[in-house]
Amino acid sequence: MSDVEPVGGPEGESDGAPSSAAARLAVLQRVGGIVTPLITVVFAFLVGGLVVVATTGKNPLTTYKAIFDGSGLNWLLPWETCSDPCTAALNFQQTLIIWIPLVLAGLAVAFAFRCGLFNIGGQGQYLVGAIVAVWVGSSFQGLTPVLHILLTIVAASLSGALYGGIAGLLKATVGAHEVITTIMLNWIAVWVGIFLFGLGGPLQNDTQPWVPVSNDVAEGAKLTVFWGDPILQGLHAGLFVAMGFLVVFWVMLNRTTLGYEVRAVGFNPEAARYGGISVSRNYFLAMAIAGLFAGLAGSLDILGWQYRLNVNDIQVSQVGFIGIAVALLGRNTAIGTGLAAMLFAALVTGTSTRNLDPEIFRPELASNLTLLIQGLVVLFVGADVLILYLWSLRRKARLGRAAAG
Amino acid sequence: MSRAWEIFLARLPRGARAIAWLGIAVGILAAWLMTPPVMLRSPVVPVLVGAVAVALGVYAFTRGVRRLGAGAAVFGVLGAGLGLLTTQSGEANLEGVVVWSALFAAMLRYATPLIFASIGGMFSERSGVVNIGLEGMMLMGCFFAIWGADKTGSWLGGIAIAAVAGGLLALVHAYFAIHLRADQIVGGTAVNFLALGITGYLFIDIYKDTGTPSDIARIPDVHLSFLKDWYFVGPIVGQLNLLIWVGLATILISWIVMFKTPVGLRIRSVGEHPRAAETVGISVYRTRYAAVTLSGVLAATGGAYLSIGFVGSFNQNMTAGRGFIALAALIFGKWRPFGAAAAAILFGFSSALADRLPVYSESGAVLFRSLPYALTLIAVAGVIGRSVPPAAIGKPYVKQ
Repeated sequence: MSDVEPVGGPEGESDGAPSSAAARLAVLQRVGGIVTPLITVVFAFLVGGLVVVATTGKNPLTTYKAIFDGSGLNWLLPWETCSDPCTAALNFQQTLIIWIPLVLAGLAVAFAFRCGLFNIGGQGQYLVGAIVAVWVGSSFQGLTPVLHILLTIVAASLSGALYGGIAGLLKATVGAHEVITTIMLNWIAVWVGIFLFGLGGPLQNDTQPWVPVSNDVAEGAKLTVFWGDPILQGLHAGLFVAMGFLVVFWVMLNRTTLGYEVRAVGFNPEAARYGGISVSRNYFLAMAIAGLFAGLAGSLDILGWQYRLNVNDIQVSQVGFIGIAVALLGRNTAIGTGLAAMLFAALVTGTSTRNLDPEIFRPELASNLTLLIQGLVVLFVGADVLILYLWSLRRKARLGRAAAG
Repeated sequence: MSRAWEIFLARLPRGARAIAWLGIAVGILAAWLMTPPVMLRSPVVPVLVGAVAVALGVYAFTRGVRRLGAGAAVFGVLGAGLGLLTTQSGEANLEGVVVWSALFAAMLRYATPLIFASIGGMFSERSGVVNIGLEGMMLMGCFFAIWGADKTGSWLGGIAIAAVAGGLLALVHAYFAIHLRADQIVGGTAVNFLALGITGYLFIDIYKDTGTPSDIARIPDVHLSFLKDWYFVGPIVGQLNLLIWVGLATILISWIVMFKTPVGLRIRSVGEHPRAAETVGISVYRTRYAAVTLSGVLAATGGAYLSIGFVGSFNQNMTAGRGFIALAALIFGKWRPFGAAAAAILFGFSSALADRLPVYSESGAVLFRSLPYALTLIAVAGVIGRSVPPAAIGKPYVKQ
């Protein structure tokens, strides 16, 4: 955010008070740090509502209420009563299941962002993690459960880190732009995945040669379901891992030398270099750690509820891309990412065919509405800091004119 | 006549460059010998011929012709590999897989959307605005071409509406990138999301469960009946879709515009050094708006070809990464019209091959789909000659 430092202007005369222009802007931004994402989201939902009215003539509020109920967020409301079996609780479990990978994919983008890198490659790193997880998880049958789970998660996370590290290494050594390389790596991961699990592929399942799907993960490697029925896809223990990594992210970034260096490089690579920080080392590390988050997300999805990977899953998966929206909306902070991931997880679950009441709104339409809202959110958060800055400049100019006249 | 001949001779590659080109030719030969009509069956032949190609490539590489030399080595390995694969399969299968002219025709069909989008991307990026939203703009073209053709009853109407839709989405990207000075990568990502949402929503809303109508007005093929009987060439170009020809013409036109006209000079100067351009009276904003909008129009035209030229229907997210392949082609082709088009055609060839190979190797064929991305990764890594983007790319310009 150092690029919105005020430049010149008539702020000199009102000095003396501690609130210099820079400080005021910082305050404004700290306030805006919560307010502008909120405005962005509200605006995106408004546009989405207009689309609903314009195309179907339905009341957008009823539609949004249906999506809200579909996401199970009403389970949190104190006045909602819940009869057994509780639909709201079941729905909320689904939202949390989606929240786990989204939060980690968001952290993958956010961590690289703090180093000044734009990690578009969350999707590829997530897929590599998932592929390795399904491979390790379905091999080594009969291993001790805890050991098997640990082995799978570590292997998947490390391969995600390796995959992200490729982009970091290329950036650090030859200066190849990380956006380009990660886009390419994304698609390589997609096609390699389709190759591995497709018909005749080396990792296709052993029992049904006509189905393009992997072997199932061993029983012992599955994560414990601690809320809800395992048969109804209840909530798995990966939730605590994701929460833990939110803390890890915050501590690593704000309380370690590594995080300090990463942020320094992110603020200004030239100044960091001058200060004795190895910029290329941090580029590599930041991308590798980002890949680790995304790879971990892939492994938790596999061990937590998917248990297998089929070719279609690989093609339609959007986790890494939504992660970009999550990080941008969450302003690359731990808390923000957690909240933004909750919003998008609720949207995805609430508009799914399984959860949205088709009497009120077609789920197929609503899931596209989700994409639209995501697009609008990304579009506006991309510009919010600047709009704020321009707005403050204009006010300053008006104040300046008033002072002069 | 003799003068022209001399000029031609003078332009032929010499020394190590010639060796490298020879290596590429030998690499192609390695695969070609194993396929109809020659169809040798010994596995020794492709390995030996491929090895010769690799050797020539390595020689050229050590003599300083790095890009072409590495290319020759790659062609040698690929040629040997393909040749070996073909010896593994039955002769009858082979006749089915590799009917060369059909393969080349398929290559052109796959390459056309890529050509449109990558040329479009070139205009945008040459003017200094990154466009990773090509995928989304293409998808808009896909849907609105179908919708337009359905509403107006003519394929021309379809293309026109597709172009407008793509242009409008590009205009959104341009406004955020240029006036609001938002991050262009973020903007492009948003554009891709938006296009997915808009087209998916309208598709379900308008066409419900039945899908797009089957009697949609499609872009016609051009029948060149006098070419029909020509050996090899006839089956390739005798019956191609109109937009394929338009696409090929676009390559030439865009080259002329970009490198031989004042307009192109303006676009390039705005992308290399906007302040200098502004000083001599070129409007940076206006040039960038025009270039980005044009990129959307072209990408959407590629999308229109995909839906009402090639497939004849629309599906959600039907571009499936083609916009990103176009982006890869643009980078692989070093932001030049002929380079980008050549890369698009190469990538089209790999798609065409991937489409036909399953006849005898179901799973392996899929890997060909990742070839464009892998090659581009190698290209930006600088192993075979760096791809260097325009200097001011991605940087917002502040008027003074």
